[in-house]
Amino acid sequence: MKFSDDKIKEVQRIINFYPEGKQKSAVIPVLHLAQQEFGGWLSSETMDYVASLLQLEPIEVYEVATFYSMYNLKPVGKYMFEVCHTGPCMINGSDDIVKYIYDKLGIKPGETSEDGMFTLKTVECLGACGYAPMMQMGKNYREHLTKEKVDAIINESRKEEKMI
Amino acid sequence: MGRKLLLDKAHIENIRLYDVYRREGGYRSVEKALKSMSPDAVTEEVKKSGLRGRGGAGFPTGMKWSFLAKPEGVPRYLVVNADESEPGTFKDRYLMEFIPHLLIEGMITSSFALGASRSYIYIRGEYAWIVDILEQAIQEAKNNGFLGKNILGTGYDLEIYVQRGAGAYICGEETALLESLEGKRGNPRIKPPFPAVKGLWDCPTVVNNVETIAAVVPIINEGGDEYAKIGVGKSTGTKLISACGNINKQGVYEIDMTISVEEFIYSDEYCGGIANGRKLKACIPGGSSVPILPANLLLKTAKGEQRMMNYESLADGGFASGSMMGSGGFIVLDDTQCVVKHTYTLARFYRHESCGQCSPCREGTGWMEKILLKIDSGKGKMSDIDLLWDIQRKIEGNTICPLGDAAAWPVAAAIRHFRDEFEWHINNPEDCLRKNYGLAGYADEIHVPVLSNE
Repeated sequence: MKFSDDKIKEVQRIINFYPEGKQKSAVIPVLHLAQQEFGGWLSSETMDYVASLLQLEPIEVYEVATFYSMYNLKPVGKYMFEVCHTGPCMINGSDDIVKYIYDKLGIKPGETSEDGMFTLKTVECLGACGYAPMMQMGKNYREHLTKEKVDAIINESRKEEKMI
Repeated sequence: MGRKLLLDKAHIENIRLYDVYRREGGYRSVEKALKSMSPDAVTEEVKKSGLRGRGGAGFPTGMKWSFLAKPEGVPRYLVVNADESEPGTFKDRYLMEFIPHLLIEGMITSSFALGASRSYIYIRGEYAWIVDILEQAIQEAKNNGFLGKNILGTGYDLEIYVQRGAGAYICGEETALLESLEGKRGNPRIKPPFPAVKGLWDCPTVVNNVETIAAVVPIINEGGDEYAKIGVGKSTGTKLISACGNINKQGVYEIDMTISVEEFIYSDEYCGGIANGRKLKACIPGGSSVPILPANLLLKTAKGEQRMMNYESLADGGFASGSMMGSGGFIVLDDTQCVVKHTYTLARFYRHESCGQCSPCREGTGWMEKILLKIDSGKGKMSDIDLLWDIQRKIEGNTICPLGDAAAWPVAAAIRHFRDEFEWHINNPEDCLRKNYGLAGYADEIHVPVLSNE
């Protein structure tokens, strides 16, 4: 396990954000990078690698990785649907969206489809209350969701997958 | 039409780019501050403006700045809190997405006032695409001599960095934010010492919300006194309100704090009325942690006066009959909504977001979530309402940080104002799964007793 040269440069760029000797601060952004590069989740091997890069004890990385909700500590599907279900999204029908995804893909919140393509997750407020219901997909938000939009997103993901 | 100071140019095409922003008068506050003012003079203008922190607590910004310790040879930091996570709140996101240079400009002017040469934007991890927008704005500012070494030839140096979080509401609390920025779990620190004395890496630090720092730009451009003329009383300037829920026009609005709540909800300039021709039942006016109010107490205070969209009026009546301006996250519920269920989702949110350091919050938020779910699913007992009340009371004021209070208040207010809806759930365990308690008397006029001293 090793970052590409480009990613090592990115790690170095991040470390330079902080004063000399404060590279521990880089752990959160570097874990994001590692999760993205090494299969969408953080294995202990990945976390140990991040610790060695930043000259930290492995425990310093574990305790961070287990605190923040964006780090996946188990393998996830290639596409993750993180549907917000806090108050304002609930008012606008987030429960129906979760149920629709279940009906369509047969996965409950926390589950991954058998083909390893999709993971469904319910999450707490993502700051898109005025554009509800919504979900996060990778780096972007998909907002004002309807059943039709969910269909389109699923189809688009399957098409993209075939092209790879 | 109210005055707009922050979003007046947000709709100009390509205002996200430096050239357009600059052409529209951007970065004037930096030129004015760095070339013709001392750092203390900048702070003085912010004090005069009466600007109050826009993150939720409403603490006077100038005063916060004046607490900053300035020991010789120790670096000082400005950290912008862009961890916007309070349910109902999405205003900072709007500002950063559409007019990012306003934040960068405000940060340069503010960092100069505070004597910081390295400043950070701590942004919630989910706003991943906004990181790119901000980094581009920073690079553009740097290419044009507004960041880096010897800014505008004045000898002042500044670098701004964007730090991404990773999903934790608690990191919006300033000391938890600093812990996170140091690469640790977001556990709030015990205060004192306050960040102004011992903040980031034990150095004096000011943590301010995105909107607060953006407001420094018009304050320096127009002067603190001019800024203070806008608004009313101690609610000076303009405030961004993010409106959501059952209204016709959800979105981010800039108000000058002189309009009434009724006008804000019903006028076409703002929310455009309740969606689908329904009726207003309840509203959480300042983000999920502030007390929910029934329609009648939202539109008028207990004294029968019209309630206004400002810090004082929204808080009129204290928690007995008022609420708070908070973060400006305005959540509207119509008569088809169930207050019990809505409160349950908020309790679940706080349970999920409790960092776990303090027992009252760690344990209490879980209990509140379970009891609310029980009542909402028709399995509640009458004694559960009192139990809920008892739990929230034992959380409030008994934790290191305000997350405990933030979790307790919505539950307390829901019981205080909507107790009959809770009782209806308990008395109608079958019906409550299919039907709704509806508007009931929540919009009825409240009769104000006339008291006399005789």
